[in-house]
Amino acid sequence: MFALVDCNNFYASCERVFQPQWENKPIVILSNNDGCVIARSNEVKVLGVPMGAPTFKYKEEFKRKNIKMFSSNYPLYGDMSSRVMQILEKYSPNFEIYSIDEAFLRFDGFDYFNLEATGYKMRKQVRKWTGIPVSVGFAPTKSLAKIANKIAKKFSSKTQGVCMIDNDEKRIKALKWTAIRDVWGIGRQHGRRLEAQGIRTAYDFTNLPDSWIKKHMSVLELRLKKDLLGLPYIKLEKTVPSKKSITTTRSFKNNHSKFHELEERISTYANSCAEKLRKQGSACSAVMIFIHSNSHQKNKEQYRNSSVVTLPYATDSSVTICKHAVAGLKGIFRNGIDYKKAGVLLLGLVPSKERQLNLFQPNINKHDSLMKAIDKIHLRFGPHQIKLGNQDLNSTWNMRQEHLSKRYTTELKEVITVNNKSEIIL
Amino acid sequence: MKKEQRRKKEIVFFKPNTDAFQEMPLAQNGVSAGFPSPADDFKELRISIDQEVVKNAEATFYARVAGESMQGAGLDDGDLLVIDRSKDPQDNNIAVCFIDGEFTVKRLKIEADCMYLMPENSKYKPIRVTEENELIIWGVVTFVVKKV
Repeated sequence: MFALVDCNNFYASCERVFQPQWENKPIVILSNNDGCVIARSNEVKVLGVPMGAPTFKYKEEFKRKNIKMFSSNYPLYGDMSSRVMQILEKYSPNFEIYSIDEAFLRFDGFDYFNLEATGYKMRKQVRKWTGIPVSVGFAPTKSLAKIANKIAKKFSSKTQGVCMIDNDEKRIKALKWTAIRDVWGIGRQHGRRLEAQGIRTAYDFTNLPDSWIKKHMSVLELRLKKDLLGLPYIKLEKTVPSKKSITTTRSFKNNHSKFHELEERISTYANSCAEKLRKQGSACSAVMIFIHSNSHQKNKEQYRNSSVVTLPYATDSSVTICKHAVAGLKGIFRNGIDYKKAGVLLLGLVPSKERQLNLFQPNINKHDSLMKAIDKIHLRFGPHQIKLGNQDLNSTWNMRQEHLSKRYTTELKEVITVNNKSEIIL
Repeated sequence: MKKEQRRKKEIVFFKPNTDAFQEMPLAQNGVSAGFPSPADDFKELRISIDQEVVKNAEATFYARVAGESMQGAGLDDGDLLVIDRSKDPQDNNIAVCFIDGEFTVKRLKIEADCMYLMPENSKYKPIRVTEENELIIWGVVTFVVKKV
C-alpha cells in the first residue's frame, strides 16, 4: 500500500501556527515581491479570490472582506516542511518527498496492520508536534493514493482527514468522482483533448483500450492507466545514494576576511556544483554552505559555521542556487576573521525531469534555456568561459515584502514573544 | 598443482576508471608522514546545548519572555524558552498558551470543571479560562535559557 500525506493549505497553515488569531479566518500568501496570490486558505477559496490574483487589483477587496495578506516566507515554510518530513519518515523506510508539502510512503508487509489507524496517528502527531494539519490517502498505487488524499481533504468532516481505497468498489467510486483534468499526470492539454472525446472522469479513462492510449498519448499515460486500475506501475522515487549530494570545497591560497571576497568564492563553488548537478540530470532542493577560519593561525580568533538554505522549489539553475548560497553566507559571515576554507553542498537531489512543477512558482523553468546554452558553450570552448556576475546583494534583499511574517524557527532574534502586553495587574 | 593453477586463473585485474572524475573530501588536519596524532582515535563531537535541551528536534520551538508575570518561576524578561510541542500538557506544567489573540506563558492549573493560567508574581492575577475564551495550549516549556 502507498500513502500520500499532503499538508492542508501548507503556506497558510505555517503562518497560522505562529499567528493563531488567523485560524479559521481568510488569509492569502503573496508571491515574491508581493505581486500576486500564490496560496489561499479555504476561507478565501470560498470568497472567490482566484489563484494568481494580482495584489494591486484585489487590495480593496482584501480590505473589504478582511482578508489578511502575507508575503511569502520561504525560510519558515522550508523549516516547517523539513519538520513534517522528518516526522513522516519514521513511519516507513520507503519514503519519497514529493514536494515541499507532500510525501509518498510505501507500506510493505503491513497487511495485517490497521493502516487507517496509522494514518490517524501520523496526522495527529504532525499536527501536535508542528501545528500543521495534514491529510492522508491510502491506496494500492501512487496515482490512487493521490485521489484518496483528495477525497480525505475534500470530505474532511466525514473522513477525519484519512481516506483508504482498499477494494474495487471504493476504487471505482473514487475514479468516477475524479474529473479527468484532476488526475495526477494528465496535463491540461491532454485533459481538454480527452474531454472533447467524451472522457470526463478517471473511470472513463481506465476504460479506454490500451492501444488507443498508446496511439493517441504515450506509454506514460498507459502506465498511469494501469496504476489507476490498482496495479503499481508508478514506482517510489528514492534518490540513488551516490547522487545524494554534490559538493565543491576548497582551501584558499590566501586568507580572505572581507565579505565580498567570500561571496565571490561561494558563488564560484555554487556555480560549479550547479554544473555537476545538471550533468547528472538532477535538481536540488537545498543548499548548504560552510566557512572555516585558518586553523594554522593559532594566535587568531577561530570560527567555523555552516548554514542550510531550503530552496523554494527544486532547481538546477546556477543563478538560483548561487543566489541562495550567498544568502546563506550572509547569515553566518562574521567580520574580523581570516577565512581559509569554504564549501558548497547541494542537498535533496531529485531527478530534474520529474520534479514537480510548482503552481506557486510559474517561472520555475525560467533559466532552463540559459543554462543549456551555457553548458553547451562550456562543452565547446572549455569551462569557465561564462560566469555569473557577482550578485548585487542589495537588489536581492530589496525584494518587496510588505507583509512578511517573522522567521520564527530559523532566526533567534525573531522567535515568538510571550507575555507581551495587557496583563491583569493587581 | 592443479589447485594452484586454478587459483591463478581466478585472478582478474581491474583497470582504474579514469573517465569518472570524483571529488574527494579534503583531509581536515592534513596528512603528514610523521607520527599520527594519538588524539584522533578519541575524537568526539563538541558539546552542544541542543543535546541537553532538545529532545525532539521536530517539535522544538523557542520563545522570548517579555514582562515579569512569571518571575517566581525563574522566567525573567528577555529569557529564552525552549518549547517541546510533543509533550502532553499536564496540571502544573509551565506552558506557552495562546489566549484571546495573545501568546502568554503561565503555569497550568487544571481543575475538574475549569482551568487557570497561573502567574508567578503576586502583582498579577490568575486568568480563569472559561468556554468563552479561545485557548490554545501551544506547547509545554521544558527549559529556560537565561543570561547571568
